[in-house]
Amino acid sequence: MSDTALLSINSLTKAYPGVVANDSVAFKIQPGEVHALLGENGAGKSTLVKMIYGLVRPDSGSMDFMGAPYAPTEPRAARSTGVAMVFQHFSLFEALNVAENIALGMENPPKPRDLAARITEVSEAYGLPLDPDRLVGDLSAGERQRVEIIRCLLQDPKLLIMDEPTSVLTPQEVEILFHTLRKLSAEGTAILYISHKLEEIRTLCDEATVLRLGKVVGTCDPKTTSAAEMAELMVGKSLATPARTDASHGEVIFKVSGLSVEPANPFGTPLRHIGIELRAGEVLGIGGVAGNGQDELLAALSGETPTAPGAVTLMKEPIGHTGPNERRQMGILCGPEERLGHAAAPDMSLVENALLTARHRKSLDRNGFLDWKATRKYAEDVIETYDVRTPGPDNAARSLSGGNLQKFVIGREIMQDPKVLVVNQPTWGVDASAAADIRQAILNLAQQGAGVIVISQDLDELLEVADNFTALNEGRLSNTRPTNGLTMETIGLMLGGAHDMHDAAEAAHV
Amino acid sequence: MAIDPVTLMAALIVASTPILLAAIGELVVEKAGVLNLGVEGMMIIGAVSGFAIAVQTGSPTLGFLAAAVGGALLALIFGVLTQFFLSNQVATGLALTLFGLGLSSLIGESISGATPPPVARLNIPGLSEMPVLGPILFSHTAMVYFSVALVIAVWAVLKFTHVGLVLRAVGENHDAAHALGYKVIRIRLMAILFGGACAGLGGAFFSMVRVPQWTEGMTAGAGWIALALVVFGSWKPGRVMLGAYLFGGITALQLRLQAAGIAIPVELLAMSPYLITIIVLVIMSSGKSRAALNAPAALGKVFHATG
Repeated sequence: MSDTALLSINSLTKAYPGVVANDSVAFKIQPGEVHALLGENGAGKSTLVKMIYGLVRPDSGSMDFMGAPYAPTEPRAARSTGVAMVFQHFSLFEALNVAENIALGMENPPKPRDLAARITEVSEAYGLPLDPDRLVGDLSAGERQRVEIIRCLLQDPKLLIMDEPTSVLTPQEVEILFHTLRKLSAEGTAILYISHKLEEIRTLCDEATVLRLGKVVGTCDPKTTSAAEMAELMVGKSLATPARTDASHGEVIFKVSGLSVEPANPFGTPLRHIGIELRAGEVLGIGGVAGNGQDELLAALSGETPTAPGAVTLMKEPIGHTGPNERRQMGILCGPEERLGHAAAPDMSLVENALLTARHRKSLDRNGFLDWKATRKYAEDVIETYDVRTPGPDNAARSLSGGNLQKFVIGREIMQDPKVLVVNQPTWGVDASAAADIRQAILNLAQQGAGVIVISQDLDELLEVADNFTALNEGRLSNTRPTNGLTMETIGLMLGGAHDMHDAAEAAHV
Repeated sequence: MAIDPVTLMAALIVASTPILLAAIGELVVEKAGVLNLGVEGMMIIGAVSGFAIAVQTGSPTLGFLAAAVGGALLALIFGVLTQFFLSNQVATGLALTLFGLGLSSLIGESISGATPPPVARLNIPGLSEMPVLGPILFSHTAMVYFSVALVIAVWAVLKFTHVGLVLRAVGENHDAAHALGYKVIRIRLMAILFGGACAGLGGAFFSMVRVPQWTEGMTAGAGWIALALVVFGSWKPGRVMLGAYLFGGITALQLRLQAAGIAIPVELLAMSPYLITIIVLVIMSSGKSRAALNAPAALGKVFHATG
């Protein structure tokens, strides 16, 4: 069989100091096959893919491409063999235009005029419209991904690697992407599809290899295997779905009205007439594709961006002009998306990081002097309650894995007993079991009577935790709807900004 | 009393050339995403090494070559420290300036007072004798024309060639460039060396053409002006050249105003180029839209390849 395989991977091993990222990984990809690579964060998917693309050299093991030994020393070699890769992030240049970005990923880029013509030609052939002269910084996430895909397609790859391609797309954009991928696969291009979204893999892929802690723990046919079975393979245990017993809401405690904010940087998104009403005990989910104003919204709610006093009110008290520390004292706590550098100071210890937001509410200082004993106790409490895996509270925030740091950061806020908690992407890059813990903690907090706003791009997450759903699109919020009974199609329209039309159509219908 | 516009224009070009050379080199460095604040140090090293070699050999050409090599060598120290040992670019650049100033004094001790060989001026029969245009355009040293050609070359390379595109890409997002398989550190090192050579040439222009002799600290802040010019020109070669001529013009005019006995304090005139630099920088940075957008996004950030 090995002579027919497009790419066969034979017991590849790669170790980093302290961790074996890939341990004797072996599998085969057939021509024209859509092959899924499944695994939690830290399972070794990225390392494996980097070895195939020539960014990382394996310690031992070998690969064969179309029957010939294949050991790329750099991406250039991989590309000339016929392996192309669409990155999850950081492979585009915002200040350069589409054609320049594509030229950078090609071995022998043609003249700019010919290239522009070819871009238009290929983008039309695969139903991915794209203007070669536009700045990438002005494109949406979906359009940026098209740039990457077209960059790959222009080189006629035999194997296309896609790393978490749908994490930033709307459901409609996902449909378009899948259409393109199926067409490519029908033309004989093999696709290695990396994801942890099981439903997607079930609809798209022919074969799946599951990685756990650097080892292949199984292969399956995703068309016939259930999502729950694959999740168990991936995690190694079955997962409990977060749930709450009581979902009653109280008074409106937190209100935002007519909030408009100009962005702080040139590629930011302005907020326009944002209105939010949050009741005690309610979890409000705000969906939306990245770059539609999520960061700006969080900054306005946390107090990092001051606004008109009346634009934000807590218990009818105008607080729009107050800063983050005052709002913390009043009980509005936040967990921003960027863990290192925004939610936590990377090089400071967990004890110091605990102090940074909990000083007032936990009375961690006396007469202006810091009470390190109480702070340490608080950090230890958070670590214990939220099962943060770390050798101790004196370790630097940077040394924790994404999931563990996120548990610490969210736990640090929740244990301060907030009245209102705002979190942005609470489980981004967090593995499934840690994500389930975090979601459960959010639900528990709401059950105790706090209002929670969850900003997320992960629609499944919002459907799981939120009572009400609203979508953020180009700095505007759609109407709020109860999560119960929302279809993916409605959500897609809300995310795409078509909510007003939809409402109008409904109104006309009534 | 009256100021002769023809000699003023000719003096303007001479005064502008050293900062233009240094600035165009620094522009390339910053386009690659590296902030080298050691321009002043590299200029003064260029000034002293160019001067020393020209005096020794009697050849201005060898002098300029030595200046380029001297500037590049000093830049190499910066490059190795920042690119391989990941030291802080701002601190390293400042240290480079101090080191360059000190080292140049040491080297220059034995040669101060010497007279360098004269640098030939262009002499095209007919053109150079033309009234007005002749002295302004056609009677300079080859270095002046070289600096203009260099600006045009840098502009063309950055805008039209693949090499230029890769350089800009590295300065824009080094992680993405690395992921695509470009050698970020190698590209940046080349840019740093180019910047050092240009600064060295600029420095030698002071000691061999403009003054021409060696005195300690003779670049007198020209390197800082060159750094400011890159921002002033929003990383565009054409605008950097415009800026260089503007500041050169103010320097030349300021000297003539003093000589003409205009009743403005000398100190105020002498500081005017620096004042204008500050004012322009403030105006540029207050409008955060277009000018700020052209800044290389990875400027001054440490690149650490993570495989």
